[in-house]
Amino acid sequence: MPNRAERLSRILLSLPPGLYLLLLFAVPSLMMLFASFRFSGEYGGLAPWYYIEDGQFTLDLTLENWQRLFESDIYLGLLLKSLAYALATTLICVIMAYPLALMIARSKKRHRDLLLLLVILPFWSNFLVRIYAWMIIFSPQGALTAALNVVTSSLGLEPITLMFSGTAVIICLVYVHLPFMILPLYANLEKHDHRLLDAAQDLGANRFQCFWLITWPLSLPGIYAGAVLVFIPSLGIFAIPDLLGGTNGIMIGNVIKQQFVESRDWPFGSVLSLVLTAITLVLVLLAAKLGSPAGENNGKK
Amino acid sequence: MARSNAYPSKFLIAAGGMVYLFLYIPLAVVVLFSFNDSKLNAEWVGFTWKWYDKLFQNGDILHAAANSLIIAVISALLATILGTLAGLAIYRFRQKWLSALVLGPIAMPDILIGVSLLLMFILFNVTLGMTSIILAHVSFCIGFVALAVQSRLSGMDQSLVEAARDLGATPFQAFRLITLPLLKPGIIAGGMMAFTLSIDDFVITFFTAGVGSSTLPLEIYSMVKIAVTPEVNAVSTLLMLVTLVLITALSRISPTVLRN
Repeated sequence: MPNRAERLSRILLSLPPGLYLLLLFAVPSLMMLFASFRFSGEYGGLAPWYYIEDGQFTLDLTLENWQRLFESDIYLGLLLKSLAYALATTLICVIMAYPLALMIARSKKRHRDLLLLLVILPFWSNFLVRIYAWMIIFSPQGALTAALNVVTSSLGLEPITLMFSGTAVIICLVYVHLPFMILPLYANLEKHDHRLLDAAQDLGANRFQCFWLITWPLSLPGIYAGAVLVFIPSLGIFAIPDLLGGTNGIMIGNVIKQQFVESRDWPFGSVLSLVLTAITLVLVLLAAKLGSPAGENNGKK
Repeated sequence: MARSNAYPSKFLIAAGGMVYLFLYIPLAVVVLFSFNDSKLNAEWVGFTWKWYDKLFQNGDILHAAANSLIIAVISALLATILGTLAGLAIYRFRQKWLSALVLGPIAMPDILIGVSLLLMFILFNVTLGMTSIILAHVSFCIGFVALAVQSRLSGMDQSLVEAARDLGATPFQAFRLITLPLLKPGIIAGGMMAFTLSIDDFVITFFTAGVGSSTLPLEIYSMVKIAVTPEVNAVSTLLMLVTLVLITALSRISPTVLRN
């Protein structure tokens, strides 16, 4: 009976990974949602979610944790600041990735793989190593700070420090996420038909017009795809502000980490995590809409 | 007028070159100072191997490196099996729910996966240690293996399987003798990707590790939190070397997987 075999193979194939991810992805996410309505335990962690008094079962849940989010503007402010950092990172990534992606897309076919590999290579070195590199570069004794301060002192300005600032955080965020912008952008630019530009030139367009009226609009799906890949991980990061940001440069990820590890206020940590999850989901759905294949077929060879 | 649109302009080459410098100078600085005979990562004093010597006498780092390796091997093996099953299931039966479960951990920021797993492990009384780290790593690696397997499947000529069936092969024989061998490069590439992701992971490990189960990234984190020392440069340089070897191997096996 082919039908039975089909059903059996369906179960055998999808059940093990499905069950695993249900247990180690879906269940923890739901537990976090539930935790956001619970009281925090006396020694951190969570208090029981119900109590039984005189045989009476009572739920012990609260909206307090969610109210706390809106009570002071500290957390919303920090969320806005993190969004601003992630946005700045994304924009700088677009500006830096564009020329490189375009250069690779217009290089000879046999050079492209090597040029792409050179983009991916630093991205495969350990995340912490890449942050550490910037700790060296930004260090107050480092050559970069010294060189910058020769300039600032000759202009009669105060000496500057790069370490432990929002600028340091954003530069490192760009460094860590740049390949995520270059790769989808390249994948898009590579499909462009250069004869479109030739035609535009024949019709009298200058270089800027060629770029702005043809290449740029055609590349938007690539930019949207890259923007999601840069923006979402940038938003939740905690190691970069932790190591390079000091007290001025902290982001929402640092507070989440703090709630779960140091102050052990899990309910509130869950609230902050869920806000971040909601933002992520909205962005992913938005990107899926913007980057839908409808806009991608134009300009294909 | 010269037809120049098919080639990069001088401006593009210059700007692109500068971006390459931005990508490589920081790593070059790390490597360079790992050979510098000075405790400060500030100016070049002279060549030395001493940071590497110190590294190989540092028991904590060696222990952490061994942990990282064990975790990565086991996680990669489990994720390869589960991810291959998931890839096949999604490709053959178009199961949306499985696809969402597989892609979820890839789309979510690491910190969210880390804290939710921490929450669950503690509430279910799972002792934090090697086991909890491996369980966590497998859950975010499955998706990458599944994607590699799916992309290989969609490039496969289905008529080969049909031909085998016409010639009397059972569905299982067709799978074992046709599909599986053709799938092998995808499975291997996915497995190696899982290995690299696991050995590199910091954030999720940070939340799911317990006492005595420190991995190399965790060890580097606690070292740089205290002070910047050339020993970190040395371990970083060695890590880069290992990754370089892995990437070269991976690009030999399946050049397209790296780009996805």
